[in-house]
Amino acid sequence: MKLDTTGLESFAPLHGGMDDLHGELWAPPSFDLPVCADFDGFQKNAIQMVKPAKGTTTLAFVFKEGIIVAAESRTSMGGYVASQNVKKIVEINPHMIATVAGGAADCIFWHRNLGVKCRLYELENKRRISVAGASKLLTNMLYSYLGMELSVGTMIAGWDEMGPSLYYVDSEGGRLKGSRFSVGSGSPYAYAVLDNGYRYDMPLGEAAELARRAIYHATFRDGASGGVAIVYHVGPDGWKKLSGDDVKELHDKYYPAVQVPAEQEMMQITPL
Amino acid sequence: MARYDRAITVFSPDGHLFQVEYALEAVRKGNAAVGVRGTDAIVLGVEKKATPKLQDSRSVRKIVSLDNHIALACAGLKADARVLINRARIECQSHRLTVEDPVTVEYITRYIAGLQQKFTQSGGVRPFGLSTLIIGFDPYTGVPALYQTDPSGTFSAWKANATGRNSNSMREFLEKNYKETSGQETVKLAIRALLEVVESGGKNIEIAVMTRETGLRQLDEAEIDAIVAEIEAEKAAAEAAKKAPSKET
Repeated sequence: MKLDTTGLESFAPLHGGMDDLHGELWAPPSFDLPVCADFDGFQKNAIQMVKPAKGTTTLAFVFKEGIIVAAESRTSMGGYVASQNVKKIVEINPHMIATVAGGAADCIFWHRNLGVKCRLYELENKRRISVAGASKLLTNMLYSYLGMELSVGTMIAGWDEMGPSLYYVDSEGGRLKGSRFSVGSGSPYAYAVLDNGYRYDMPLGEAAELARRAIYHATFRDGASGGVAIVYHVGPDGWKKLSGDDVKELHDKYYPAVQVPAEQEMMQITPL
Repeated sequence: MARYDRAITVFSPDGHLFQVEYALEAVRKGNAAVGVRGTDAIVLGVEKKATPKLQDSRSVRKIVSLDNHIALACAGLKADARVLINRARIECQSHRLTVEDPVTVEYITRYIAGLQQKFTQSGGVRPFGLSTLIIGFDPYTGVPALYQTDPSGTFSAWKANATGRNSNSMREFLEKNYKETSGQETVKLAIRALLEVVESGGKNIEIAVMTRETGLRQLDEAEIDAIVAEIEAEKAAAEAAKKAPSKET
């Protein structure tokens, strides 16, 4: 089994590319894996030992003024809330952002690698990489690790020469172009609100509010989602963070506590 | 001196890589090739040596396409050319697959030049004995481009250039007569440059034109003959005009 380790190599090879001369197709550098009786079982057990169960809610949609990308900020390990303050929207370059769902370490590592590859593309070709190209690079990197329990469910959003583009990429090898996605354990709840309120012609403020509401509702019902609802906007000049609201405060804003008339003590009515 | 030309990896004391220079000699013995960049068309022209009667000339194409929007002509060892062209064609498709975009002319030129350079810095191999002229339109901006690579692995962009046999005369001609042209004028300029060193006639010249809309088009013999006839007529008219005033004085 050969892994695509182009994302990991340092960019100053010490030895000349003698093998390259005679290969028909340039094979990426690779390493051999250890031989053992049940490799898949060994892998699975090792991973179950270290990898926490994950839950999250992220969403992104395309509308007339660009793309709105939103996520909450809780990491949970089973029933334990590890953090309420995690950044689930990562910036690849000033014109492209991506969401993190699944294994946090996997996502963040591969997104940084993707950033490297995008920058190298820019330097070589004197133009910015397209979102289609960037998502393809990520898919190719992840695909060579298929079956090895990488857990990445990400959305790449950016504005390139074709306009606003949104791609969903996962570690199972999937890559979909679309205009509305939500990923994570809270996604059913987010979809319900998002699909209900979505219009292509929304102005920016309404779109941001829709995303915020969708994230809030997901955090309300899904235990693995919570913390802060963060909303980003991707426009023709790049991305911009619009807001980060604690979902507790959003709850009070959307459903303020109603004053219930004070209960009266039961009085004994003495018969006359 | 002879001690420094056997192996490619050895520099001579005065800084030459003799194998690379000998490869350039091989290029100088190859057929003449010219490339001219116009505003909306780019033309490649190659000298065709006399075809033996029994040879099927269609199997000897000297101007080839690397992708829908890129074409290449070369001078030098044709067998080496085949290897380079195949690698370049694979790279064009690989680029489309990896980043969902066609290659730019500069990218594929850089790739071919990089390949040529690799073979000047390894043991047990010899350099490719050819220089290439690569033309194409940028798939995003639509700007026409003409590039040249040589056995040392250097490349650069040109408005017009020639390589192969008698390339110096052709280049001199182009330097004197180049101006921004478009369409048929670009074709004429390329043919005029070639005619400086090649016997005139449609059967000694192969011409291909690339435009943004229609891609690469090989001109057939009759078309080339017609343009050659036009050029001869223009030349004759210019000669006559030069002689006429002096007669009247």
